[in-house]
Amino acid sequence: MGPTRARHRGGGPLTAPFLEIQAIEKRWSHDVTVGPITLDIARGEILALLGPSGSGKTTMLRLLAGFETADAGRIAVANEDVTAVPPARRRFGMVFQHYALFPHLDVGDNVGFGLPKSPDRDARITAALGLVDLAGFARRKVHELSGGQQQRVSVARALAPEPRVLMLDEPLSNLDPALRERTRHELREVIKRVGITTVFVTHEQEEAFDLGDRIAVLNQGRLEQVGAPDVLYEHPANLFVATFVGRANVFRGNAARALGGNGKGILVARPERLRFSEAGLPGVVRERRYVGAAAFFLIESDDHQHFEVLAEPDAARVGQRVYVEATRVIAL
Amino acid sequence: MIRPRRSELAAAGLTLILAWVVIYPILVVGAAAADTAALGAFVMRPGEWAALWASVWISLVSVVLAAAIGIPLAFLFEWFDFPGRKTLGSLIALPVVLPPLVGVIAFLFLYGESGFIARAIQAALHLENAPWRLQGAAAILLVHAYSMYVYFYLFTRAGLAKLDVAMLEAAQALGADRRATLGRVIVPLLRPSLVGAAMLTFLTALGSFSAPYIFGGGFRVMTTQIVATKLNGDLPLAMVETVALAIVAVAGLLILRRTEGDDILVALGKGIAPRPRPIRRASVRWLAATLGWGLAVLLLLPHLTLALVSLVPYGAWTTEILPPVVNFDNYRRLFSEAERLRPMLNSLWMAAASTVVAVVLALAAGWLVVRQRVWLRRLIEGLLALPWALPGTVFAIALAITFSVHAPLQLRFVLVGTAAILPLAYLVRALPLTGRGILAAYRQLDPSLEEAAASLGAGRWRTLTRVTLPQLRPGLAAGASLAFVAALGDIVASIVLYTYETRPVSIEILSSLRIAETGVAAAFGVVLMLVSALVLGVGARR
Repeated sequence: MGPTRARHRGGGPLTAPFLEIQAIEKRWSHDVTVGPITLDIARGEILALLGPSGSGKTTMLRLLAGFETADAGRIAVANEDVTAVPPARRRFGMVFQHYALFPHLDVGDNVGFGLPKSPDRDARITAALGLVDLAGFARRKVHELSGGQQQRVSVARALAPEPRVLMLDEPLSNLDPALRERTRHELREVIKRVGITTVFVTHEQEEAFDLGDRIAVLNQGRLEQVGAPDVLYEHPANLFVATFVGRANVFRGNAARALGGNGKGILVARPERLRFSEAGLPGVVRERRYVGAAAFFLIESDDHQHFEVLAEPDAARVGQRVYVEATRVIAL
Repeated sequence: MIRPRRSELAAAGLTLILAWVVIYPILVVGAAAADTAALGAFVMRPGEWAALWASVWISLVSVVLAAAIGIPLAFLFEWFDFPGRKTLGSLIALPVVLPPLVGVIAFLFLYGESGFIARAIQAALHLENAPWRLQGAAAILLVHAYSMYVYFYLFTRAGLAKLDVAMLEAAQALGADRRATLGRVIVPLLRPSLVGAAMLTFLTALGSFSAPYIFGGGFRVMTTQIVATKLNGDLPLAMVETVALAIVAVAGLLILRRTEGDDILVALGKGIAPRPRPIRRASVRWLAATLGWGLAVLLLLPHLTLALVSLVPYGAWTTEILPPVVNFDNYRRLFSEAERLRPMLNSLWMAAASTVVAVVLALAAGWLVVRQRVWLRRLIEGLLALPWALPGTVFAIALAITFSVHAPLQLRFVLVGTAAILPLAYLVRALPLTGRGILAAYRQLDPSLEEAAASLGAGRWRTLTRVTLPQLRPGLAAGASLAFVAALGDIVASIVLYTYETRPVSIEILSSLRIAETGVAAAFGVVLMLVSALVLGVGARR
């Protein structure tokens, strides 16, 4: 799937592009290549780079930051070509996966690292710490902080020099699940308050949906699709996006025809868009996985295709013969 | 990945510099040693073979003795808890960090025929003569065992600390009793540590010079034989001897390497080490504590004796058991007489200069090998480590031969006799110490810290001084302080290469001993010991 074939339905930036990525490419070896990728990001937009491990999303971020040099293509910010500008002069802020806080400096010196010596330096450190709700933490040692606090310090440190673009590498992957959701909302709030153009990398769909205004789905070094979360979910460009973003049942042949397809090609249906009915695709309930408000029913069709239906917990029993119909399908 | 060419060029430059100081002199000596007359003399003389064989068996027995003392000590201190465990545990590691020459003369003053103990026994039993002579192979082995058990002690403790308690519990759950656990789990897991200690002990004993020089008497090992031959002016034979010693060292290293086994054993060790067990029975606990403290006193006694001797003025102590006069006369002379202060200053500046250069070269190597992953990285690492594998005498002779000729086209210059040769010799010996410390620190350094600095707008210099160096500091300080102390107390290279103008402390100690100025020699030893301890203390601070 080349980038040219990836559909950009609903994928255009809202306003004139601020960060332009044009046919950027990185060749690791003759069979491992990232790109060429072309992407425009609007001022103030939050873009998520979503993909499985090895998809090239971290390489993309490091190309943007300047830690890797591109083999082809061009990166521009506010119409300035920064492709050859070293990281130190790019004015892109970065939040690292493991935060990369300097252990020999305290919180305030970490946050002030990127600030020039000036009378208002302390005030700017205080302001940056206030932004992430860590006012009064300046003289703390880095290792005395909790994981969530370290994450916030690294965000404050990246934002303090007022960079043009903020980049985050799996910003929440080091936090425990309970903390992750709260931190995610705080992070979005801080980014929106500052209004900074943001690119972040994640391999979790929920995080991408929750934080990103738009999502770029990467797979094997290629850009599969760019779009708002609901566009990706409802109108995936291809089978990879359909199955990687959200749960998806894939139907072929007779089963596809029974659900309303034309019998050529592939039909994708989300579990919550299938329901038990009087007629439709026949099958047998093989498993029931109770998840509280509802249950997933694993169905085996007569031609031995397996698929999941999300329904009321008591909608069917294991071993029961059922018919399934679709309220909405995606034809690919 | 396309690398910038500049780092490859820098790597080539560094490789050339390292090759020039580390391997080129050895090659020069190797080529010159292919002299048929000298080779014939070496092969024909039984004394040469005897010295070579003595070097080998002394080293092997030193390994056995050091293991016999060090391993049980390590188990005692790692697994059992008793009063004073922590303090003692670090005290008994002390001999390894003190200059060998200082340890040897301290030993001489304590156990030598006119030493403290011999005098005491002689007086108590009203003997005509000293009860023993501390000389020959036994004396050398005693000194070696006394100073080299520390390698086994430290390596075994480190290995035990890395053991995963879950692995021992698993063995027990599978029905293994204590003996089976020791034989089938603990010892195999410790093997890499033990082999490492054996290698270090073997190489140190093979290169040992001060103990055989002071205590050898007529008993010659290869290091003392080489220096004697060189002093007799028979350079071709000295070169053949040097090559023979180098071959023995490399052969020993290769044989020990083969027994090292898989690194997987080490890599698996990731877990919680067993906690030291408090000894329940009060009597046993007191026995362990008494043993531990007694041992510590025994091990520190030579250095205490050294301090005592340093306080006795010249000629004041003749036949008495305890010195009749004690004052600071020797120290006053040390610092007030220009001719005595000079060796101290010589040693200090030469050690400092060689350490600084060794640190700079190791930093460059760390950046090129770990960060840039240059093409020549294995060669650079090998060159940095090589001086560790060969006895110091080998390098001393190699430098003496290579840099006594003016041949600019061969990159040979006359440095022997100038102030540059000893710092150069110290530098070669310092490279493995700073190289190991800094490369290990570089490997542990998270590259994203440097990237974070860059993304915050810091240039190369600022990233180096504000982020990289502070993070490398522990490894750098440890390597630099070890290198400095080694150079400060060096005798092996100094005795071959010194001139009167540039004579270092070790040479001054030897000449003081020769004219029976024991007090001054001891005072020098104490100063050397204190400076070493101070530098190492600073270097080990986190």
